[in-house]
Amino acid sequence: MTLDHRQHLSAPVREAVQTAAYPMHFLVNLPFDMGEYLVERLSSRRALLEENARLRNQHMLYEARLQRLDQLERENIRLQSLLESSYEVEEAVLIAELMRVDLDPYRHIIQVDKGSRHGVFPGQPVLDAHGIMGQVDTVGRSSAVVRLITDPSHALPIQVNRNGLRTIAFGSGSLRALELPHLPNNADIREGDLLVSSGLGGGFPVGYPVARVTEVVREPGQPFARVVAEPTAKLDRSREMLLVRTRRRGGDYEEISDAPMDDAGFQDGDGVP
Amino acid sequence: MTLAPHRGGTVILMSILAAYALTILPLPDWARMARPEWVALVLIYWCMAVPHRVGVVVGFLAGLGQDALQGSLLGQHALAYVLLTYLVVKLHQRIRVYPLMQQAGIVLVLLAMTQLIQIWINGLIGRPHPGPEYWLPPLVGTLVWPWLFVIMRSVRRYYGVQ
Repeated sequence: MTLDHRQHLSAPVREAVQTAAYPMHFLVNLPFDMGEYLVERLSSRRALLEENARLRNQHMLYEARLQRLDQLERENIRLQSLLESSYEVEEAVLIAELMRVDLDPYRHIIQVDKGSRHGVFPGQPVLDAHGIMGQVDTVGRSSAVVRLITDPSHALPIQVNRNGLRTIAFGSGSLRALELPHLPNNADIREGDLLVSSGLGGGFPVGYPVARVTEVVREPGQPFARVVAEPTAKLDRSREMLLVRTRRRGGDYEEISDAPMDDAGFQDGDGVP
Repeated sequence: MTLAPHRGGTVILMSILAAYALTILPLPDWARMARPEWVALVLIYWCMAVPHRVGVVVGFLAGLGQDALQGSLLGQHALAYVLLTYLVVKLHQRIRVYPLMQQAGIVLVLLAMTQLIQIWINGLIGRPHPGPEYWLPPLVGTLVWPWLFVIMRSVRRYYGVQ
């Protein structure tokens, strides 16, 4: 049975099991949900008005920024079409909420309240307001387990936003750190660099922020630099997250994942060489 | 032994469900690592008290349930709990007559064994060793045991589970 699962032979069984466990998760989550509901119900009118005003201001700010972005995007598409490459404009998203249950404490996994009933599929990227959080691991009917990017068995193809340097970010097992082990000593990377997803491998959408470099140690005796980055997503504090509906892996991305490029296969996680 | 009817199956089931709830109840980060294995503790108690009713099969099912809940590898806890329940059923006549503190000692050994099996399986499937705090749950479980034992005994007597 153990081996069976290691080889990922029984995805349907996994889904059934996850679905069977849902009532228990739901039950444990219930008091927290109720508490929130009551807080919302009982919060004073003034507080609500204040929050409303604040949100409206923020909304306007974002609208304004979005206008500029729209224009940039159009320009970008035009330029890309000049270069005859395709450009994905937008992805559909699904908002999911965190369920307050503790799973296996030795892995970085969380549970969300959307499942295959809502169109969630394994491998689907998960974002929060600040960056990429992880990808869907197992799916049940109405819940899904998400593996965070800091899980030790997770790897994510990224590039440095400043100069487009591509590499892979591995989870370190700590919620505050990702490791970039494959960068040579002379790579152009500094503290404070923003790392964004590169979209290689087709699992994650292009260009979302992933992490910010916090530490670069270059030891002359070692072939590779030691680079550590801190995820921009609030991995342990976000309650709402976005499930991005990209095209399923395989499909249109076949040429890429078949190519002998190593980055492509990596973000599956388990296949780290 | 008279042919007493089996009573209190619901109580056993409810206690295991309660243990499940405690297992996935969210805790602050510092306490997460020290959460005792509630299901294992409850299983030890029932195997000791009513070994003719709760045994290896219940242990297996309870373990599967926990794997489903925690998203760990399916069968991981099941294997550990099968061995655990087997040992307890085998030794129940001895453990029963021990004083509480000595019982707690046995429980420490049993819990450490289940934890050891887990870490073997985790090692086999290539998950990294989480560090020394991995051994906290058996210790906390041992500290919890005397209280759990007293509570469970009163529950068992109250509902007449036999």
